[in-house]
Amino acid sequence: MTPEAAASALPLIVIAGYLGLLVLLGLVSSRFFKGTSADYFVVSRSVGPFLLLMSIFGTTMTGFAMVGSTGKAYTIGIGVYGMMASWSGLIHSAVFFVIGIRLWAMGKRHGYVTQCQYFRDRFESPALGYLLFPVLVLLVIPYLLVGVIAAGKFLHSTTAGMFPSVFPLPELVLADGTTRPHPLSGGVPPWLGGLVICLIVLFYVFFGGLRGAVWANTFQTLVFLGAGLIAFVLISSRLGGLSEAGRMVAESEFGASRLARAGMVGHLQFFSYCLVPLSVGMFPHLFQHWLTAKSAKSFRLTVVAHPIFIMLLWVPCILVGLWASAKFGAGVNPNAVLGRMVGELVHSPILTGLVGAGVLAAIMSSLDSQFMCLGTMFTNDIVVRRFGRHRFNDREKILLARGFILFVVAVTYALAVYLKDSAHVFDLGVWCFSGFAALFPLVWAAVYWRRATRAGAIASLLTTIGVWGVLFYRDILAVKPAGAGDEELLIAGMMPVTFIFAAAAVALVVVSWLTRPPRPETLEQFFDLPAAGAER
Amino acid sequence: MAGSGRSGQGPGAGRYWIWGFFLVLFVFHHDFWWWGDRTLVWGFLPIGLAYHAGFSVAAGALWALAARYDWPAHIEEWADQPSRLAAADGPGAGAGEVRS
Repeated sequence: MTPEAAASALPLIVIAGYLGLLVLLGLVSSRFFKGTSADYFVVSRSVGPFLLLMSIFGTTMTGFAMVGSTGKAYTIGIGVYGMMASWSGLIHSAVFFVIGIRLWAMGKRHGYVTQCQYFRDRFESPALGYLLFPVLVLLVIPYLLVGVIAAGKFLHSTTAGMFPSVFPLPELVLADGTTRPHPLSGGVPPWLGGLVICLIVLFYVFFGGLRGAVWANTFQTLVFLGAGLIAFVLISSRLGGLSEAGRMVAESEFGASRLARAGMVGHLQFFSYCLVPLSVGMFPHLFQHWLTAKSAKSFRLTVVAHPIFIMLLWVPCILVGLWASAKFGAGVNPNAVLGRMVGELVHSPILTGLVGAGVLAAIMSSLDSQFMCLGTMFTNDIVVRRFGRHRFNDREKILLARGFILFVVAVTYALAVYLKDSAHVFDLGVWCFSGFAALFPLVWAAVYWRRATRAGAIASLLTTIGVWGVLFYRDILAVKPAGAGDEELLIAGMMPVTFIFAAAAVALVVVSWLTRPPRPETLEQFFDLPAAGAER
Repeated sequence: MAGSGRSGQGPGAGRYWIWGFFLVLFVFHHDFWWWGDRTLVWGFLPIGLAYHAGFSVAAGALWALAARYDWPAHIEEWADQPSRLAAADGPGAGAGEVRS
């Protein structure tokens, strides 16, 4: 390899080094594995405040947060921060506070590791558990796709030009008949980047279980927060400083309108985004992380620091997206905006590699927990439930979980390769969050409403999946008429989540009132928390 | 709600302040007064973005107050009590253990 070629491959070497560190972390965490299913699935409920904050934040922020937010700021401007980040800061912590701590307590007392176990007992319904499992899997899949597609796209644009003879792309033919080299030619193609990411995550989840994911998430959160800051400083410096970058946007025809929300975001659209962050109340991977907490006190730091961490990550990303709108003008694929800004403006190969590692860290810190929770649910909610808890020993349960994780990774990867050019990371993420947000009335009622019944819960679940499925098909899967734009689907100016949420809530309340309430002895197990607490 | 006030006195006044503050933040999230304003604060930060970054800090302050004045301390003790559901499902599934 010539010195020039070695220098141009440096970012990839840095990224490979980072991925190697993750593999090492997986191996080290496996040394602490106690061999029990409790340790594999919920880290023996031993996670303290700092690790809980980092693992929950890392899990919540994904490719959606870095790649998606930058691309969406490029597309619609600053409104994306209010729609997603500041709503999330307020609502996520509220959900951790009013739902998360209670579910942690119920999980610890009754020995739960999955949501289905809780809902099955709370509503006295094995059928609800079997029904909830496929719904949760169905809704997690788009979330997984967000990660794998974002990782593949980002690696492609970051490594463009590194391997021109191995991964060439045909020249682009312009409108006037002339040609120019493809800007992504020579980059690691998305199918390969996505595959490598899947395999690395698979490795440390396989061997370390949820402990591997918690450790990796903590490391990854530090990396992506640090890398985001480095990227922000370097990009703004290359643009001539913060003020110069701001002036560039203000004077740009395409960029200036993105400095405000008028004409970019509707009032009802902006407001109706408040429902989207409620999704964290029903994310199965977050439920599992809540259960890892050593005590309720472990939640304090998470509840307080989460909004601040969101701001630290999102504000730089939004600004980079705005600057991209001025630098590139129209016509860039939103998923590739961050990669192109880093690739074209951060001229230090090592720092480019570090930033690339940071983006992958954000993506992988969600993928690991999602893979892990699906394996946990399959083992505990389907297999063990079906064949009895004494049919399998701990080793067999862990093997079952690993097998299902492998299956899910394969399906996700295949779908990601198929959809990589048609799905927008941000939009796919919002659809996933919308589905989970519509399940929020169910978890709220389970925790706080004694009168909520089994039939009401099932009706709410079926309503959610029915309405969500129809709207998702219409917006993402159905073939659009020629000339249709890429705008978000809005109904009466509002996000679809408003209607899915309302339908699910109405179904839950109406059917619950019309059906027989749960038995008092069951309710006693979940509602005997003292009305007033002990001294702090 | 998750929290509770001082022992035996029902929800403390702190809870009402906390949720009142939450309501204020919820309402003031919709900053329609800067909807079309392209002013750059310090020459680089769009004013709408600056407002919402400040909103995030205020949310952090809200939850710090909630952790101080409305924390559900009693829930630890409740979680450590033995479960009749877990006991009914067989041995090895008491509080803190896995029922799978």
